[in-house]
Amino acid sequence: MTGDVLLELDHVTIQFGGLKAVADLTLQIGRGELVGLIGPNGAGKTTVFNLVTGVYAPTVGRMLFEGRPIQGMKPHAIAARGITRTFQNIRLFASRCCRDNVCIAAHQHARAGLADAILRTRRFEDDERDIQRRAGELLEILGLSAWADTPAAELPYGQQRRLEIARALAGRPRLLLLDEPAAGLNPQESDQLMRLIEDIRQRFHLTILLIEHDMRVVMGICRRIAVLDYGVKIAEGTPGQIRTDPRVIEAYLGEEVHADLGAGG
Amino acid sequence: MRRALWLAGVLVALVALNVALPRLLNPYLFQIVVLCGINVILAVSLNLVNGFTGQFSIGHAGFMALGAYGSAMFSLHVGQGWVAALEAGHVPGVVAEGFALLLALLVGGLLSALAGYLVGLPSLRLRGDYLAIVTLGFGEIIRVIITNVDAVGASRGLPGIPGWVNFFWVGLGVAAVIFLSLNLARSTHGRALFAIRDDEVAAEALGVDTTSYKVLAFVLGAFFAGVAGGLFAHYLSYLNPNSFTFLKSIEVIAMVVLGGLGSVSGAVLAAIVLTLLPEVLRPVKDYRMVLYSFMLIVLMITRPQGLLGNRELSLTWLTRRRRRAGAPSA
Amino acid sequence: MSEFLQQLVNGVTWGSVYALIALGYTMVYGILRLINFAHGDIYMLGAFFGFYAPGLIVAAGARAGEWLEGAHRVLHGVPVLGPGLGRLAAALSAAGSMADALQALLVLVIAMVGCGLLGIVIERGAYKPVRRSSRLAALITAIGVSLLLENGGVLVFGPDPKFFPQIIPSSNIALGGGVTISNQQVIILTVSILLMFALRFIVTRTRVGKAMQAVSHSHMAASLMGISVDRIITFTFVLGSMLAAAAGVLVALQNPKIEPYMGVMPGLKAFVAAVLGGIGNIPGAVLGGLVMGVAEVLVVGYVSPTYRDAIAFVLLIIILLVRPAGILGKAQAEKV
Repeated sequence: MTGDVLLELDHVTIQFGGLKAVADLTLQIGRGELVGLIGPNGAGKTTVFNLVTGVYAPTVGRMLFEGRPIQGMKPHAIAARGITRTFQNIRLFASRCCRDNVCIAAHQHARAGLADAILRTRRFEDDERDIQRRAGELLEILGLSAWADTPAAELPYGQQRRLEIARALAGRPRLLLLDEPAAGLNPQESDQLMRLIEDIRQRFHLTILLIEHDMRVVMGICRRIAVLDYGVKIAEGTPGQIRTDPRVIEAYLGEEVHADLGAGG
Repeated sequence: MRRALWLAGVLVALVALNVALPRLLNPYLFQIVVLCGINVILAVSLNLVNGFTGQFSIGHAGFMALGAYGSAMFSLHVGQGWVAALEAGHVPGVVAEGFALLLALLVGGLLSALAGYLVGLPSLRLRGDYLAIVTLGFGEIIRVIITNVDAVGASRGLPGIPGWVNFFWVGLGVAAVIFLSLNLARSTHGRALFAIRDDEVAAEALGVDTTSYKVLAFVLGAFFAGVAGGLFAHYLSYLNPNSFTFLKSIEVIAMVVLGGLGSVSGAVLAAIVLTLLPEVLRPVKDYRMVLYSFMLIVLMITRPQGLLGNRELSLTWLTRRRRRAGAPSA
Repeated sequence: MSEFLQQLVNGVTWGSVYALIALGYTMVYGILRLINFAHGDIYMLGAFFGFYAPGLIVAAGARAGEWLEGAHRVLHGVPVLGPGLGRLAAALSAAGSMADALQALLVLVIAMVGCGLLGIVIERGAYKPVRRSSRLAALITAIGVSLLLENGGVLVFGPDPKFFPQIIPSSNIALGGGVTISNQQVIILTVSILLMFALRFIVTRTRVGKAMQAVSHSHMAASLMGISVDRIITFTFVLGSMLAAAAGVLVALQNPKIEPYMGVMPGLKAFVAAVLGGIGNIPGAVLGGLVMGVAEVLVVGYVSPTYRDAIAFVLLIIILLVRPAGILGKAQAEKV
C-alpha cells in the first residue's frame, strides 16, 4: 500500500441536513488493487461512489486521484480523468441499442468536432470507425455481441448488468467503480461475473472498487475490504481479518449476511 | 465526390421546383407549400431540443420572432441598400437579392442563436417543467417587447419587408436543417444528446458534458427557428407580433410530439400534416378549429408515441415493409 | 402613499383571483405532474356558466312553480298541503326577483357545479387515456383540450364578447386615507378567502384530502394502501375546476365583458404564479398568486399598462434563477 496510490480519500465527510451520510472517511486504493466496500443497507457505500464521481461534493475533506485533487469537479470531468462507474439501480440509455450505449461512453475520446460530424469529414469517419470498433470489442468481451442492436430496455436483466460494465469500460477508466454488479444474479451468474471482473481487471490494467452485498463474491475476489456502518469506516483488512472482526459482526447482526460471514469462514 | 453529387442534385431539384411550382399551383396552394416548408424548419429545429435532448422548450415562437424581426430590420436598413448598389454595378437582381437574403437570414439566425444561448444557460440549473416555463416566459417577453417598440412597428406591425423569398430558399432551409439533424443524430454528438434524454445522471457520469450539450441543442434549435422566422418575414413582406404568440409555440410542439419525439422524418411529416389539416378543414368553416383540436386529442390518445415513434422513415424501411407485404403473393 | 395603498388593495384583490386559478394548476400538477393547459379555459367557462345561470334559475323557478301550481289545483281540497303548495309555487315563480346576494350565490354555485362536472368529463375522457403515455403526450392532450374548449366556446357562445349581468350594483367603500374598496372587491376577497379555507380544510382534515396527499406522494404506495387513485385524481380535477369556475364568476362581477378566449392569459399567468410559489405546493400557489397580482397592478400603475403581460414572466425568471424550485418549493435532489 505504500507504493503507488491511485485514489486517496482524506477525512471526507458529507452532510445532508443533520445527517452525516459519510463521516471522516479516509481510504487509500493502490494502483491495480481490487478493493471491496461493504456494509449494511444504508451504510453510505453508494454515497462514497457519488462523492468520488462528483455527483456530490464533500462537505469537508480532500479526494486525490493520481495525486491531483478531484473534489468539486463535475462528474463528466472526473470521468475524463479516468474514473467511471456502474449504477446499482441500472441506469442504461434505455431507448438506445447496446452498441450506442457503449459508444456514448467512448464519446470523450472522440477527436472530431461538431462541424466534422455534420459535414462528415474524413476525420469524423475515422473517429467513428475507431469508436464502433472499440464498442464491438467491449461487447464481445462482455458476451453481448448478439445483443448489439437491441435497445437496452429490452435486454434480459443479467445482460443489462453486463452492459453497465461494458459502458463503464468504454470510457477507458483507470479506476472502475462497480456498484453491486451481482445484485439479482443467480449463483452461476455470480461466478461468471467474478471471473469476468478478474479478467477485465488484468486485461485493462484496472483498479477496481467494488460494492457488493453478495459476500461470496466480495470474499472471493477482493484482497482487501473496507467496511462502512452509518457512514463510518469500522474496519479494513483482508477477507480473513474482516470475517472475524467483532465490530463487523456486530454491525451485520440481525442481517442475514451474518450467516454468510460465518459460512464463508 | 458522392457528397458533391448529392449537393448538386438537391440544388438542381430546388431550382427546377422553384420554376415549376408557381406555374403548377395557384397562389393559395403555393402559399401553403411555402408555409409547410417554414413549419418543417421550425418542427425539425425544435426536435433537436425536445426530441433529441429531451429538454422541454415551449418558447419556439420567441426565437422565430427574433429571427423574423432581426432579419427584416437588417434587410430594411442595410440589405436593400446593398442590393441597389449591386444592381447599379450590373450584378443580376437574383444574385444580389439572394446574397442580401442569405445575409439577412444569417443575421436573424445568429440573433436567435444568441438568445438560445442565454435561455439555454438557465437549463444548467432548471429541470423539466421549470425550464419549460422559463422558455414560455422568454417567448412572451419577446412578444411584449416587440409590441411596445416603435422602431419595429410595435402592435401595428412591420410592413415593407422586401419579398425576396421564393420556393428555392425555403427548400434550401428545409434541406439544411434536415441534413444537419440527420448527420448529428448519427454521430457521437448526437448520441451524447440522446444519452442526456435517456438518463442525464448516467450520461454525465460517463463523461458527457451535459451542460454544454444542452446549451448546444438550444443554440442550434434557436438558430434554425430564427432562419425560419427570416424566411417567413421575407416571404410575407409584413410582420405582426400576433403571429408569434404562445399558440405558435404550441403548434410547433404539437408537430414534434405528433411526429414522434426524436424522429426527424416524423417531425417533417407531422409539420406537413398539421399545416394542411386546418386548410383541408376549411370547408366545414365554423367547426374547423373544433375538429382540429378534437383530432389532436384523439391522435394523442391513439398514438401517444407519435406517428413514427422513435424511428426514421427510410427507404430500406419502406422496401422491407413492401417486401414483407408482397411476400405471400410471390 | 395613499395611491400606493390603493394599488396594493387592487393588487391583492386581483391576486386572489390568480390564487384561485393557480390552486387548480398546483393540485393537478402535484398529483399527475401534468401542466393542465385547459385550466384557464375552465375559468372562462365558469364565467359563461355564470352568465347563463340567472336565466336558468328563472326558468327552473317558473317551471317548478307551474308544476306545483298544477299539483295545488289537484290537491286543493287537502288541508295544509294544498295551501302550502300554493304559497311555495308563488315564491318560486318570483325567483327571478329574489335578493341580489342570494341570486349571486346561486350563480356561483351553478357555475362551480357545472365546471366540476366538466372537470370529470375532461379527466375521464381525455387525460385518463394518456396517463400512462409520455408526459409530453399528456401535455399535448391538455393543449388539445384547451383549444377544444376555446373553439367550442366560439361555436356555442359566439365570438363576440358578452356582458355579464350586473347582479350586484357596484358601490365604493372608503377605507380612510383616500383608499377605497368597491363592494365587488370585498366580495371577491371574501369568497376567495372562504374557498381557500374550505380547500385547506378538505386537504388537511378529511379522508379524501389525506388520500390526495398520499397520491401526490406516490400513486403506487397510495394504491397499495387501498386508495382508489383514479377516484382521487378525478376528485382533484373537480376541486380545481370548481375553484377556477368561482374565479371566473368573481372576475365577471367586476369586469363584465366575457369572451371565449378570456381564459388564455389569466390561465397562463396563474400557472406562472403556481410555479412562482413552488408548483405542487398549495400555500405556494396562494402566495404566488398574490405576488403576481400585486406586481402586475404596480407595473400598470407605475410603469406602463402595455408591459403588464411581461412582468409575470420577468418576475418568474428572476425568482427561478434565485430559487430554482419556487419560493416555497423544496429542491429535490435526484436519487442516484
